[in-house]
Amino acid sequence: MGLRRAIVLVALMEVTWSLNVTTIGPETVSTDASAHPEPAEENTEQKEAAAAEEDVMATGELNPNHYPAQRAAKLVQHYLNARYGSPYKLFGLKEVHSGNAEEVADSGRKYQLEISVHEIISNTKEKCSAEVFFPSGAKQLSPQVQVSACEEILKLDAKSEEQALYQQYKTNKTVRTEERLPDSYGHIDPEMTPFWHLSIVASSFIMLKESTENTLYNVAQVANITQLATENDQLKFDCHVLLHEMVSQEIPQWKLLFTWSPAEGVKVLHTEQLPHVHEFEKRAKPN
Amino acid sequence: LPEYLFPLHFFLLFLLPFKSCSNVEYDYFQYHPMEEISSWMSQMAKQYPDVVAIVDYGKSYENRTISLMRIGLKSDTKKKAIWMDCGIHAREWIAPAFCQYFVRQILQTYKTDAKMEAMMTNMDFYITPVLNVDGYMFSWKNSSTRLWRKNRSPGPSGDCYGTDLNRNFDANWGTIGVSSDCNSDIYPGRGPISEPEAQAVTYFVGSRKEDFLCFLTIHSYGQLLLIPYGHPDFTASNYNELVFTSMHVGEEAAEAILKVHGKKYRVGTSPAVLYPNSGSSRDWARMQDIPLTFTFELRDNGTYGFELPQEEIQPTCEEAYSGALHIITYAHDKTFNGAAATAAALWTTFMIVILVDGVYH
Repeated sequence: MGLRRAIVLVALMEVTWSLNVTTIGPETVSTDASAHPEPAEENTEQKEAAAAEEDVMATGELNPNHYPAQRAAKLVQHYLNARYGSPYKLFGLKEVHSGNAEEVADSGRKYQLEISVHEIISNTKEKCSAEVFFPSGAKQLSPQVQVSACEEILKLDAKSEEQALYQQYKTNKTVRTEERLPDSYGHIDPEMTPFWHLSIVASSFIMLKESTENTLYNVAQVANITQLATENDQLKFDCHVLLHEMVSQEIPQWKLLFTWSPAEGVKVLHTEQLPHVHEFEKRAKPN
Repeated sequence: LPEYLFPLHFFLLFLLPFKSCSNVEYDYFQYHPMEEISSWMSQMAKQYPDVVAIVDYGKSYENRTISLMRIGLKSDTKKKAIWMDCGIHAREWIAPAFCQYFVRQILQTYKTDAKMEAMMTNMDFYITPVLNVDGYMFSWKNSSTRLWRKNRSPGPSGDCYGTDLNRNFDANWGTIGVSSDCNSDIYPGRGPISEPEAQAVTYFVGSRKEDFLCFLTIHSYGQLLLIPYGHPDFTASNYNELVFTSMHVGEEAAEAILKVHGKKYRVGTSPAVLYPNSGSSRDWARMQDIPLTFTFELRDNGTYGFELPQEEIQPTCEEAYSGALHIITYAHDKTFNGAAATAAALWTTFMIVILVDGVYH
């Protein structure tokens, strides 16, 4: 009788031991186990399977890690840069915490987002609420962005550096880039960095205007930036930027004419998209 | 010094630049052109002759050799394999940098780390530092070519260049996330595996597919770990199981990455997290029944994009290594530790039976 009890005990111990030691993998997970996974994985699994439904526009609560919320949130970055950016203030999207999308009868789609925004130069982070509206219809109207609960990061003061730069380049110096910003190795001459920031800020106007729910823009590189004569106390610049559009993987190229001063911020006067560069390709010989 | 030694002194100084490469430390935290990567590969094979072998497994469109490094310790039993390729997209320079770093890491750690030694005994690592050789070299040509993505084969009418190699594999080829315009950066080619670079991977991995436990393909940017499939409607047998396991392992890898330098990497299928696509090498590898296949999209999130500063090479490589190692270790342990652990459990059980039997009588 003792031996029988011992065998039962041992059998129980062996089962416990094996479970602890063997890692879970497709061969060891029985079909029963995969039908009843732990709650956290189940949500993820269901969401991954539901990804198939996302080509029909996602509505309702959004997965913050998935592209619909991420693309909408990127527009908040472009909006903040266009509106509040400067040579010493540049915003980045840090994280999307939650999102919601809904159809607005016959006019478009609206996203409500909780995100974290990051001011890159001072390395400060803040949570913000934002609303992004993508208008529908043939006219190709720009998306609209509204931001709230984000005051601290927008109040960040870079006024003394901005004034110093403004005074320096208003009369004494002139900017004309020699290298692309950044160069092929990711390097930017420290003296050029404020102008790299300015180019990104100006480009944000374009990226905001051109964005849809099917695009994700970043500035790939500034090909060149040239300072023109100061006009109405505004520094004036002509720049050539290369954007990166993630979904098509294309590099659209734009020329921009814009002004800046600490008081007025960036104002874009003129933009022009350059044709896709094929000419170089036709003449390029193999290495 | 005696006068006659002076000319000798200058002669020796003159020889300094021609010292053999092994005395000059390779800088893993700078970007290297193709010629330097190739000589580094040869140098590693010379330095570790019983561990590293160079295998030439294809030719690029412009007839350059495509090579991988097979890294592993000699073993009497049949070895399993890990695949890693970098630089399938020319402009993603951080990817080849990571492959080189990865090689250095495993070669440095196996002598002192028992786990790495075991993995290198049970498995061979097949690492291609630069898959798209022509494209990579083109992106080094001058500043206006830096953002080239595709290979360098001419289009059907000869007036456009390049196929997106990561749309050219035989995996739902040409169905979604592509453009039939040859000028497009997501042009998938004339047909599935029309490109020699994609053919090279297909033939090499395809002819050994039962050996491979894991297929990792390294890209930038976006800070993502992507799992199959790129087509939102495609499922195969065991699809739910596949997603369950891959998400689980991927999330753990992302946690490992976060611990290194606090960078968040999102995990999910391409169509959920990024965009739908077809013809990717990762999807093709999964269709060969290789259990764990991931696309790594390294730093950053768009601030510098493809021109990631060299100062970020080290932290990016460190975190990606941590993530890759997690996946590789999981793949290894699933195959190799399972049997050993069960044997240990049975033996322990047997001993307990004897003991208990003794106690009761």
